[in-house]
Amino acid sequence: MSAPLLEVEGVHTFYGNIQALKGVDVEVRAGEIIALIGANGAGKSTLMMTICGSPSPRDGRIVFDGEDITALPTHEIMRKSIAQAPEGRRIFPRMTVLENLQMGAELAGVTDPEREFDHVFELFPRLKQRLGQRGGTLSGGEQQMLAIGRALMSRPKLLLLDEPSLGLAPQLVRQIFDAIKKLNEDEGLTVFLVEQNAYHALKLAHRGYVMVNGEITMTGAGRELLAKEEIRAAYLEGGRH
Amino acid sequence: MARVRACARRCIGTTAVPALPVRLQRPAKEQRQFRARRVPANVSGNSMEYFIQQLINGVTLGSIYGLIAIGYTMVYGIIGMINFAHGDIFMIGAFIALIAFLVLSAVAGGALVLVLFVTLLVAMLLTSVYGWTVERVAYRPLRQSFRLAPLITAIGMSIFLQNYVQIAQGARVKPLPPQIEGGFILMETETFAVNLSYIQILIVVLTVGLMIGFTFLIQGTALGRAQRACEQDKKMAALLGVNIDRTVSITFVLGAALAAVAGLMFLLYYGVIDFFIGFLAGIKAFTAAVLGGIGSLPGAMLGGLLIGLIETFWSAYFSIEYKDVAAFSILAIVLIFLPSGLLGRPEIEKV
Repeated sequence: MSAPLLEVEGVHTFYGNIQALKGVDVEVRAGEIIALIGANGAGKSTLMMTICGSPSPRDGRIVFDGEDITALPTHEIMRKSIAQAPEGRRIFPRMTVLENLQMGAELAGVTDPEREFDHVFELFPRLKQRLGQRGGTLSGGEQQMLAIGRALMSRPKLLLLDEPSLGLAPQLVRQIFDAIKKLNEDEGLTVFLVEQNAYHALKLAHRGYVMVNGEITMTGAGRELLAKEEIRAAYLEGGRH
Repeated sequence: MARVRACARRCIGTTAVPALPVRLQRPAKEQRQFRARRVPANVSGNSMEYFIQQLINGVTLGSIYGLIAIGYTMVYGIIGMINFAHGDIFMIGAFIALIAFLVLSAVAGGALVLVLFVTLLVAMLLTSVYGWTVERVAYRPLRQSFRLAPLITAIGMSIFLQNYVQIAQGARVKPLPPQIEGGFILMETETFAVNLSYIQILIVVLTVGLMIGFTFLIQGTALGRAQRACEQDKKMAALLGVNIDRTVSITFVLGAALAAVAGLMFLLYYGVIDFFIGFLAGIKAFTAAVLGGIGSLPGAMLGGLLIGLIETFWSAYFSIEYKDVAAFSILAIVLIFLPSGLLGRPEIEKV
């Protein structure tokens, strides 16, 4: 097997004196969809942000595409082929949809933005109708499409998605997950997905990781994890222990 | 031509002087003399011509305030602090402009347009270096600190810059003889003539041009988009590859460059500068930025214009002594009814 696209080795991350990640190891190979599931406050989003260098890990190593990116500042990491649609979507509210998308392409060295625009509009035709509208006036589902679209504008090899289903109607959740699946199958995009919606995420993912209190406690194929009794109990059936 | 100049001299007593902030910095004795010299406003105080003359003067002064106000509002927008040293950056701009102008005039002789143009460029460039340095030295190390810390260093920076110029250039006022004289007479009655001087035209045209260019820079270019992105969500901007530190630096550089233009105009318009002009001009421009809605670029321009007009009209129709009171009172009244200023957005706490 070839070297993984992203390798997280023994990463420790702190917020001040509070330790959020306690020696996390994660491996993402090219072409995979990886799901990271866990309860609120387990450290899932922290891991996403640590990969992007905000905050930087205090200990451990992160290697992307054969290059050690552990100590790089965020803006330099993000100019490589990594993109993130972060938790809470973080659309620029006073910029138009077009400007939001432009922001995605501008600093990643995209040579042909037109092609990326077409690519995003094909995936989310809705955005094309909203082009001149301000980001802050979009509905939640549209904002999520825009957040993913903005991340795709840089034509990344690795897409980090933090809770794309949060606060969306089931119909929209399916639409977003279908889009992720399509990107992965048709274009070979590697996706690292953080979800609380464990059922959908594990069904979609090739492999999954379970995080509890800043540590990875379980890993395995998506469907395998889905079948495990403790996963069902903790994340799928209302927290029965 | 002689008639124009004569008129300009005639107008000085009633019109050009009221808007002169430098007068406030003079010792009390001089101010008393100055008051005695003043022609009573009611000589022609009710005429249309007088009103139009004040309008012209107010717009000119407002242009200068507007250019400085942009620096306040942009810095506030991007890092949420009031850069109290910005008024002194304006003062530095005026000094650099004066020095550059004198040196260039000595070298290039009579080519006034060329000399002014190069002076403008030199002043913008060198003042930008000051703006950049202030941010780098005094504000950036405190970026992660508590909110008041950069505010306090800003005041420190302001005091430092004033004293630095006072030591380097001396405390006396620095005069520059009028370089651009003359103008048009728009209307004339027996007692009064409306005079639109070339320097006023230059100031307003340059300001309008800069503001159009600046609006385009912020609204239509990648640099402007990155700047607005930082303003709205720094963390997300970084996640898209925007170098936050660099963008903040550019904001300071742009603000300082505009302040330098204002400095040169101030120098040419009033013909006298000292190390203290940044204080009052800075506070006025800050007031303008707050009045227009701090964080809003069109707001800064509008606020600058309004403060200039309020000050000029108050001086013309009521009293020069209370012109600052008028400007600040209007600010207070507007803020009571519109707490986020005229064009500002209400502050909404992010959840």
